[in-house]
Amino acid sequence: MTNLRQTPLHALHLSLGAKMVPFAGYEMPVQYSLGVMKEHLHTRAKAGLFDVSHMGQVIICGDSYEAAARGLEELIPVDILGLALNRQRYGFFTNAAGGIEDDLMLANRGDHVFAVVNAARKEADIAAMKAALEPQVTVTELTDRALLALQGPSAERVVSAMDRRARDMAFMDVATLDLNGVDAWVSRSGYTGEDGYEISVPADDAEAIARALLDHPDVEPIGLGARDSLRLEAGLCLYGHDIDETTSPVEAGLTWAIQKVRRVGGDRAGGFRGADRILDDIENGVSRKRVGLVPEGRAPMREGVPLFATEDDEEPIGAVTSGGFGPTVGGPVAMGYVSADHATQGTTIFGELRGKRMPVMVAKLPFVSANFKR
Amino acid sequence: MKYTEEHEWLRADGDIYVVGITEHATTQLGDLVFVELPEVGATVSKDDEIVVIESVKAASDIMAPVDGEITDVNSALADDPSLANSDPLGEGWFFKIKPSDPSQIDGLMDEAAYTALIS
Repeated sequence: MTNLRQTPLHALHLSLGAKMVPFAGYEMPVQYSLGVMKEHLHTRAKAGLFDVSHMGQVIICGDSYEAAARGLEELIPVDILGLALNRQRYGFFTNAAGGIEDDLMLANRGDHVFAVVNAARKEADIAAMKAALEPQVTVTELTDRALLALQGPSAERVVSAMDRRARDMAFMDVATLDLNGVDAWVSRSGYTGEDGYEISVPADDAEAIARALLDHPDVEPIGLGARDSLRLEAGLCLYGHDIDETTSPVEAGLTWAIQKVRRVGGDRAGGFRGADRILDDIENGVSRKRVGLVPEGRAPMREGVPLFATEDDEEPIGAVTSGGFGPTVGGPVAMGYVSADHATQGTTIFGELRGKRMPVMVAKLPFVSANFKR
Repeated sequence: MKYTEEHEWLRADGDIYVVGITEHATTQLGDLVFVELPEVGATVSKDDEIVVIESVKAASDIMAPVDGEITDVNSALADDPSLANSDPLGEGWFFKIKPSDPSQIDGLMDEAAYTALIS
C-alpha cells in the first residue's frame, strides 16, 4: 500500500491482527479477528473502540469565539453563534447550488471552534475555510493528534473509570478529561447510534490510551466495516454516498440541523452559500427525499441499485445510496433517494437486483433506536 | 476432494458431487449474509454463474465447476448463510451436481495443488 498515510495507531492495528485497507488516503483497519458481524454486535452489546484519526481535526480561532462562529456561519447554515460553551453540534458546508460540500461536528471550546471533518474532504474544507475567513480568523489543522471513538452501552463505565467526569457529560457535551494522565478533548457523541465518546489525544499518547481502553474486558477494537453497518442502521449519512455536492440538506432530511435562527424569519436567516435554494426547499418542499429502505427477503441492496415505483416501470424514481446487511436488524437495510410522492413510510417500491425487481418498503430511520444519554 | 481456482471444493458421493466453498474463501469473503442457490433439476455448464453470495462486504458469484445437472441444494444455507462460515466443508455445502462428463472432474485440482494455490 504505497503512498498511503498511517494513523498514530497503525502499529497497534497490526498487532491486533487487523486487516488493513486503503480508505480516504489512509491505511485503515477494515476488520479485526472478530469479523464485521461480531464487531458490529459487540459494539451494540458492550463497547467498541474505533480509530478515526484519519478525520480532520481543525481549530478555528478569532479574537473571540463569536468572531470564529460568525465567520463559520457564512459557510455552514447552523446556529454556531448560539452554541453554548462546551457543547457540540452537527453541521455541513454548503455550496452556491445549495448542495453539501461536507458534513462535520462543531464544538464551542471557549475561545475557539473545534471542528471534526471527513478525511476525504479535509483538504477542501480547510482551503474553503481559510479562503473565506483568514486573516481575521485563523484555521489550523491539528496534524499531531489522534482521534478515537469508544461506542456502546459500556462506554460510560469504561471512560468513567479513567475520569469520573465522563459520567456527567450529556449527549453532545464536550470536556477536557484526564485519560491516562493526558489532557483528552472528549465529546459525548459518535457515529453508531449508541452512547459513547469521541476522544482527541496527542498522537504520541494515542497508543497508550487505546491500549488502556482495550484493557477493559468489555472493549473490542472495531474496524471500518462495522463502523459502516452501525451508522447505516443508525440512519446516519455517509458523505459522498448519502449526501454530496448535489443534495440539498432538505432533500437529505437534515433540516433539523438548520436551527430556526438561520431560516426565513430568523435573526440570522440565510447568509450562507446556497441559502436561496435551501431556504426555498424548507418553505416549499423538495421533489426527492432520502428515505430508509427495507428490502423484502434476505438479499442486500447496495449503493447504486435503481428504484422503481412498480415492477415494470421503465423510469427509475431513485436509487440506493447506502445499503447492506444490518447485523442488529438481522436483515438487509438501505438508504436512498426517491421521488417525494413515493417517500411515505410503508410505501412498497422495487429495487432492481441482478435484472430482477425485488420489493422494498420505505421505512422509518433509524432502523435501530438510538441509545443516547440525553 | 477436488478443488477449483474459484475456491470451490467437490466431494464425491457416488456419481454425484457435493460442492461448497473453502475455508480460505469464507475467510476472505467475511461473514456471509445472503445465498441464492440454483434450481434443483437445472442443467448447467462449467463456469455458469449459478450461485449468488453476499458477505457483509460485497456480492460475488459462484460458478458451476463442471457441466451437469443440479440434483439438490442446501436450503438450510439459504436460511442461515453463516453456516458457510462456521462449517464450510460440512453443513455449509451449497449444491450437489451430477457431472454430464465425469472426465471434467479429473481436470480439477487435488488438495496438494489447491494448498499450493492459496499459500
